[in-house]
Parts: sequence; structure tokens; C-alpha cells
Amino acid sequence: MSEALPAQAQMTAGGAIGASSLAPDADRAKYVLRLADTSLIVAQQLGAWIGQAPALEEDLGLANIALDLLGQGRLLLAYAGELEGRGRDEDALAFLREPSEFVNVSLAEQPNGDFADTVMRQLLLDAWQIELFEALERSRDERLGQIAAKAVKETRYHLRYSGGWVVRLGDGTAESHERTQQALQRLWPYTAELFDADPLEEALAAAGIGPHPAALAAGWRARLQEVLAEATLILPPPASFRWYGKRGEHNEHLGHLLAEMQILQRTYPGAKW
Amino acid sequence: MSDPRSPLWEVFVRPRSGLEHKHAGSVHATDARMALEHARDLYTRRGEGVSLWVVRSSDIVASDPAEADELFEPARDKIYRHPTFYEIPEEVKTL
Amino acid sequence: MYAQALDQPEGHRECASADGAALEARFLSRVASEQKVEPKDWMPERYRRTLIRQISQHAHSEIVGMLPEGNWITRAPSLKRKAILMAKVQDEGGHGAYLYAAAETLGAAREDLIEQLLSGAAKYSSIFNYPTPTWADVGAIGWLVDGAAIMNQIPLCRCSYGPYARAMVRICKEESFHQRQGFEIMLTLARGTPEQRRMAQEALNRWWWPSLMMFGPGDADSKHTADSVRWKIKRFTNDELRQKFVDFTVPQAQFLGLKVPDPELRLDEASGHYRFGAIDWAEFNEVLRGNGPCNRERLAARREAHESGRWVREAAAAYAEKQRARTSAAAA
Repeated sequence: MSEALPAQAQMTAGGAIGASSLAPDADRAKYVLRLADTSLIVAQQLGAWIGQAPALEEDLGLANIALDLLGQGRLLLAYAGELEGRGRDEDALAFLREPSEFVNVSLAEQPNGDFADTVMRQLLLDAWQIELFEALERSRDERLGQIAAKAVKETRYHLRYSGGWVVRLGDGTAESHERTQQALQRLWPYTAELFDADPLEEALAAAGIGPHPAALAAGWRARLQEVLAEATLILPPPASFRWYGKRGEHNEHLGHLLAEMQILQRTYPGAKW
Repeated sequence: MSDPRSPLWEVFVRPRSGLEHKHAGSVHATDARMALEHARDLYTRRGEGVSLWVVRSSDIVASDPAEADELFEPARDKIYRHPTFYEIPEEVKTL
Repeated sequence: MYAQALDQPEGHRECASADGAALEARFLSRVASEQKVEPKDWMPERYRRTLIRQISQHAHSEIVGMLPEGNWITRAPSLKRKAILMAKVQDEGGHGAYLYAAAETLGAAREDLIEQLLSGAAKYSSIFNYPTPTWADVGAIGWLVDGAAIMNQIPLCRCSYGPYARAMVRICKEESFHQRQGFEIMLTLARGTPEQRRMAQEALNRWWWPSLMMFGPGDADSKHTADSVRWKIKRFTNDELRQKFVDFTVPQAQFLGLKVPDPELRLDEASGHYRFGAIDWAEFNEVLRGNGPCNRERLAARREAHESGRWVREAAAAYAEKQRARTSAAAA
């Protein structure tokens, strides 16, 4: 992943931003692709739960969230493809990129694990996506603002769902408490990336396209703490090692996930489905 | 036996603003919040509602079908309660 | 009102007396005049048992039916197809939920019904014991299996039992897209590459006969038909519906340019009906007995989901219990 152009940062730092200076399309394409990949990868993971959930009603609940996220992913991928200008549509971007070209946050690709792992991953992401989409509603990129306005409503419900379950599991039985605390422990190291800005995000923040990632931390933490307190769960200490899925640095899970997701498009190149 | 810890809740959906809530079906849930979420996920997947009620099924008091005659028959012959019972000449308007 | 709590099973005891005969006569005349039977109404015990069996089998079929198609959610070949498939499999779960709710109005507990499914005591539609090795199977299921199901289900919207009929109205409305999306998949494949056409033909070969079997045994061998017709649970016989399905589907296969795997299939000009070859009821019975290609896998998958979810359900119950205790402590 190449970094944002320094020239652009300079221009925006000068403050003279016209309607035509919405940061280069290439930068916006990369940024939108990050948002798209995160929603898409979580949708893909939740889709695997349908038919396997702890109760019939949760099959339905998880499917609703998966469908929302898939919808977000598709809108964002289509937009990223347009910004990129190389004629790639949502499917070309979803099915024909290598794992290292995916730029979802690492948290999204953490395996489903048990139900506690899944709802904890969802909680950590939902609380962040609410902050993110609320900020993006005010983006100077109108199209992105519209997508975010739709997504933020969906995400509020997702948080309601994941928060509700984290509370039930955290304050349920000894076993469920233990599993949920463990899930938090396991996933915690992947949350640092959400707030750790890189030059692309710095540049787009300066251009008024997206929020500065660090600016989302306080709101995220407040939402999270509210749920965790009710769930009687304890926040782990900050993690030393940091993953950067958003820069295409993935661990081992994503390759498997994509191998499964992309199999038909890869096996039958050029076929229409 | 049904698990008493995950009881039935009756679901009522208001299809559009201005209409009354209508019974849609039931869901199982351990708590009220979950019942509402299950109702939302099950009964409004296609935008069927703008508002939901859930109520514990065991809290509903229903009339007994065996008593239907005594409860509902007596109202049948009070036809004078309906506007069509009255004959008003055609030329009289707005009545 | 669909409320389990409103059921009073002891009030519905079959009376062997003259009283019972009078009640039954009154019940039959109400049903004959197309009045709906509601949960608290008097009904013959056999009617209740028949309905619980049929509705719960139907619910189980929806739940098990999530598996063969669910097998392709993570591998759907486009994002549009993935969204459609997720929504469809989710709908099947929803339909299972509506149906369990309808069965519960008859005094059956969902827990018990699910237990019967998991123990292998309850039946579900045999069709879901066939595998979905390729993407084309998702298309074939939508086109053929949902097509056959809709044909079975539309008359059930007028079933004499109110909660079942109302659940079926909702289900039929929601399912109207299921068959169409399946046909669209088949059409895309049939017009696609040679590999895709082969995939589509093979899926038709796999699903054709099992789809015909979905209507159940021939009328001469069907043990439940007579009562069910009299009680207006069932309105057409198995053979009538099967014939209708064949008549509708064969021209669709021709449109797709696919060959129905039945050498004896021909149009009978005089009647306008397609005549088809003999169904292999030995296979049907084997699958029914648990020896189909995927019976074990399907039940194992359901058991696995149920078992792995146990601690979650326990946790939710424990949490609700704590909440109740806190509320009553605060009130005291």
C-alpha cells in the first residue's frame, strides 16, 4: 500500500480547499476500500454462522447484521472502484484481489471462534463503526457521507445486538463469563490499529474526507466501557504488538477466508454468475 | 416441556404510522430486550413495521371459546347501532 | 391469539361419550363450512396430533433445509448472489420459527419438538438429505425444491387450522422470490460457459426425481390423505400436486435447454399433461429410513449447533434470572 502524497497534505494544511480539491481520487479509493473490506470481511464471517447459531432467533439476528454489512461493503466497493477508475466493479474487487491487497482492519478477519468470540468482535467493531460512520456523515465527500448516513443506522442496531449479548454472556454463568473475558483478551490487541493513524488517514482527515482515527478513540472507549461494566468484564491492558490489516499486513486467517470466498471466480475465470 | 427460562412472547407490529399494532406471531426470549430484538429480526425483515410491542404470552387473558355465545351473541341483533339501519331520503345531504 | 399459555390440553380430552360425538359432529360441520379452528376451540385429538406432526415436520424441514444451501453462503460466486442466498437461508429459519410458533399453539413445546428432531424421532422433508456439491445445486433447489414446496404450501394457506393457515400465508408471500432466484441462477448457468451448462444439467439430474418425491407417496399408498382431506388440512392429493408440478416445470426445463432425466417423459396431447416414468420409491423409503446421502451429516450439523449453543442459552437464562432477582430485590 503506497502512502498518501505529501504534496496533498501540504495543500490541505494551507486551508484553501475548493470543491475540486477533495484529495486525489487514488487516495480516496484506497481509503474507501479499507471501509469496504472491513464490512465485507465481517459479513463473510457472519454468513458462516447462518444455520449454526446457538438458537434459531440468533441465526436470524446474525443474518440481518451480515446482510447490512454486505450491503455496506457493496456500496463502498462500487464507489472505490469508480474512484480507482480502472473498471473494477464490486465483484472484481471482492473476488479477484490477493490477500495482501485487502485492507480491512485486522480485527475483522479474526476467526468466528465460539459465540463469545463473534459477539465480542462485533461489539469492538460496532462501537468503532458508529463513531466512524457518524464522523463520515459529515465528510466533504458527499457520496461517502450518504453511504455513512445509511450505515450508521444499521450499526446502531448492530451495537444493540452485540452489546446485549456481551452483557448476557458476561453476566450470565461462570462459563460464559470466562469465555467472554477470554474473547476480549484475545481480540484486544487488534483494536489498537483502529486509532493508529497512517499517512493516508492523516491526509484524508486534513482534507475533511474522513475523521482522524485518534479522534474516534474516546467515543469508542466510552461506548465499550458502558457495555463491559454492565457485563462485569475487565478491559485488558494495552497490547504491545500491533497488527495493520488496513495496510495489507494480515496474519494467516485472511488467506483461508478468501480462498473459500473466491473459489468460484478463481476456478472459472471470466464466467458470469 | 418447554424451557420456562425462555418463555413465549406475543409480538404486535404497527405496520405504518397511524395504524394500530396488529398481532404478528410469537418469539422465544429470555428477557424483554431480547424479545424485542427477536421480534424485530423475525417479523420486520421486509420493512413490515415502524413500531413493536412484545408481551409475555402468559400475561394475556383470553376469552373462552365455550363462552363465545354469551359474550358475543347478544351484540348481533342490535342492528340499530349501525348507520345503515336508518332510512334517510336521498335529498337530505351530509347526514 | 397464538399463545401457548392459552392452551389447556386437559380441556381438550377426547370424550368417548355421546357428548364427544356431538362435539366432533359440530367440529366437522364447522370445518366443512370453511370456518377456521382456533387454538382454544374444541378439536378431535387426532386432528391435534395430525397437525402437530405435520406442522413440526414442516418446521424441521425449514431448519434442516437451511443446511444444503447454507453450504454455499461463504462461496457464493458474486456479492449479489451472496446477499440473496443469505436472505433466503435466513427466510427459511424465519419460516421454521413461524411454524414452531404455530405448533406451540396446539400445546407442543418447541424444546420438545427440537428434541424430537435431534434424536431422529421426528421426520423432515427427505429432499434435504441430498448434497449440494456445486453452485448449480443452489439454483436447482430454488427452482425445483422451492417450486415443489410452493405447490404444496399454497393450498395450506386455506388450511382449517387458523395459526397454521396464517403462518403459511406469510411464508408463501415471502417465498415468492425463492423460486425465481433459483431459476435465475439456472438460466445464468445455462447461458454461460460449457462448464456452467454441465453444472446446471448435473444439478437437474440430481434434483429432478427427489423433487417429484417431495409430494409424498402415490395416493393409493398415502396413509394420511383421507383424514387430512376431510379435515381440510389438505386440499389436493399428492398425485394431483405432483402432476401439476411436472406440467409447470417441464416447459421451464425446455426453456433452459436442459434435459429432464426421464426417458419416459412425454406430453400427452389429449389431456395436456406430461406423463412421466415410475418413481423409485425404494430410494425414497431408504432416504426416509435415514439412509440417504446426507441424513447423518444433516442431523449431526443440527446437533452440533444445538450442543455448541447450549452454554449460550444457559447464560441468557442465568442473566435473565439475575435481572429478575435484582428487580425484585430493588422493589422489596
